[in-house]
Amino acid sequence: MTAQEFIAHEAHLLDAQRYDEWLALFAEDGRYWVPLQGAAQTEGALHNSLADEDRLLLSLRIERLKNPRAHSQHPASRCQHLLQAPVQVQADEGNAWRTPFLYIESRGERQVLLAGSYTHRLARVGGDWRIRLKRVDLLDAGKPLPAIQLFP
Amino acid sequence: MRRKDILALVQEDRVHRDLYLSEELFALEQRHFFANTWNYVGHASQVPAAGDYITVEIAGQPLLMVRQADGGIRVLNNRCAHKGMPLSTDECGSTGKFFRCPYHAWTYKLDGSPLAVPIKNGYEGTRLKECESGQGMGALQNVAVYRDFVFAKINDGGPDFHAYFGDVLGAIDNLADRSPVGRLRVEGGVIRNIIHCNWKMYLENINDTVHPQSAHESATQAANILWQGQPADVAKPMAMEQILPFGAGYDFFDRMGGRVYPNGHSMLGVNFSIHSGYAQVPEYEAALRAAHGEERASEILQRSPQNSVCFPSLSVKGSPQAIRVIRPLAADRTLIEAWSFRAEGAPELLFERAMTYNRLVFSPMSVVAHDDVHLFESIQQGLRAGRNEWVSLHRDFQPSELEGGTREVNGTNELLMRNQFRAWARFMTADMAMEEGA
Repeated sequence: MTAQEFIAHEAHLLDAQRYDEWLALFAEDGRYWVPLQGAAQTEGALHNSLADEDRLLLSLRIERLKNPRAHSQHPASRCQHLLQAPVQVQADEGNAWRTPFLYIESRGERQVLLAGSYTHRLARVGGDWRIRLKRVDLLDAGKPLPAIQLFP
Repeated sequence: MRRKDILALVQEDRVHRDLYLSEELFALEQRHFFANTWNYVGHASQVPAAGDYITVEIAGQPLLMVRQADGGIRVLNNRCAHKGMPLSTDECGSTGKFFRCPYHAWTYKLDGSPLAVPIKNGYEGTRLKECESGQGMGALQNVAVYRDFVFAKINDGGPDFHAYFGDVLGAIDNLADRSPVGRLRVEGGVIRNIIHCNWKMYLENINDTVHPQSAHESATQAANILWQGQPADVAKPMAMEQILPFGAGYDFFDRMGGRVYPNGHSMLGVNFSIHSGYAQVPEYEAALRAAHGEERASEILQRSPQNSVCFPSLSVKGSPQAIRVIRPLAADRTLIEAWSFRAEGAPELLFERAMTYNRLVFSPMSVVAHDDVHLFESIQQGLRAGRNEWVSLHRDFQPSELEGGTREVNGTNELLMRNQFRAWARFMTADMAMEEGA
């Protein structure tokens, strides 16, 4: 699988709600990060984020979604990722890819549309890829936002 | 809607659904309620230098909070006196030594008074100087800066700042005094949520301790499943330290205790709270004792109320060092801001706690808040159902509470909410009697 195919596959697992398989794509120290300033936020700066999660917190999200008393999932949310072709970018630690995207999260009568760009930092483990960092730079990260329940 | 109709919507143990649903009432709230109460504007650390400003809306009015040349802070109407153009459409910035309207270049001093207009001779012999248009941007007369927290009241009349807030200001002291030098700075950005519910519903929930067990069951069960089986000597990650206590039972929340103050203010968790169990930081506590003395330091550290409500727009958490600001947009739409504070001279850990808490609990991507938001937005719909036009606030009602004043109660007592609605009715109708000639 090429890195481009891997990134498309990752988005597909989310759209198909195969969250456990999605989580398995992360390296042990993998991180899912949605900075509050979007692309303007420097890594390591003391600034807040919309989400900044290691495997433990991602597991918590996934575990919660499975709980019948996750009230906000009645009705359930669905999502669709629309990706542009990933482009390899410079990174100190090797494989990094930038992918502009549109993300639609749909629930009941309401849709949330988010635009932005991913940076995937990937590692080769055996023949497979693992996500070391999935950085989600939202165009409107700092704007007032409605609830975002799944994974942009 | 007249004064007596509005007063009839708030009974001693219940409130009418129109309080949450009616756009007419929301419009009246802007003119009467919000204009008659002291609302949080911003923190002085957001405007450190002369000419620095933030734009903000209170009671539906666009305002500028501006640092003056003399170091003071003023709150101006964000409106050119000429045609109504805002002097800034940015969220924040620096205007330098004066404001200049982008439309026709009318200029104003930092206090809002007029500086110059182009083609000045065109106004000779006209009434401009006597008109409102000749008076400048206009500054709010009722502005108070308390330990760098800036509040404003739009209307004249009503209680002054200290009479209005009274002892609930101790919640701000508790937050500010967590700095050994007594100074806070807003840092790390603001998290903003749009919630499709009435602002009063959100504010009520800040005082509600009976919902976490059922509403947050999904998040706390997930956290418990992931954390169970960990040896007792493994240090809890900050996220777990902050999320797990949401699963505490009714007895815990009842015993934490609450207090109501006159004018709608309240404090929840006067004995202890879900924040009381955070890891100690001995060096910091020593620094605090050195700065404030043994007694005051213990008082600050031992009191970590769940929430303190400076009615109607500010909710304070001393630990973690965070505030929420309630900014109503429509009867069914509310903007909630979550700000984090750095306490100067305190360790980085405390600031990280503030940011982590806001991210985990108040972010649009928060796992804890999803269920809250769903419930608020659904209630906004559910209230339209027939046969019952009232919202119950009966729990632990006692006729003696109608005497008002400051009062301590059990933590699950709905008096904290009844107290808010009684204040709502009062400030909503305070200047209506005059208008109606009653």
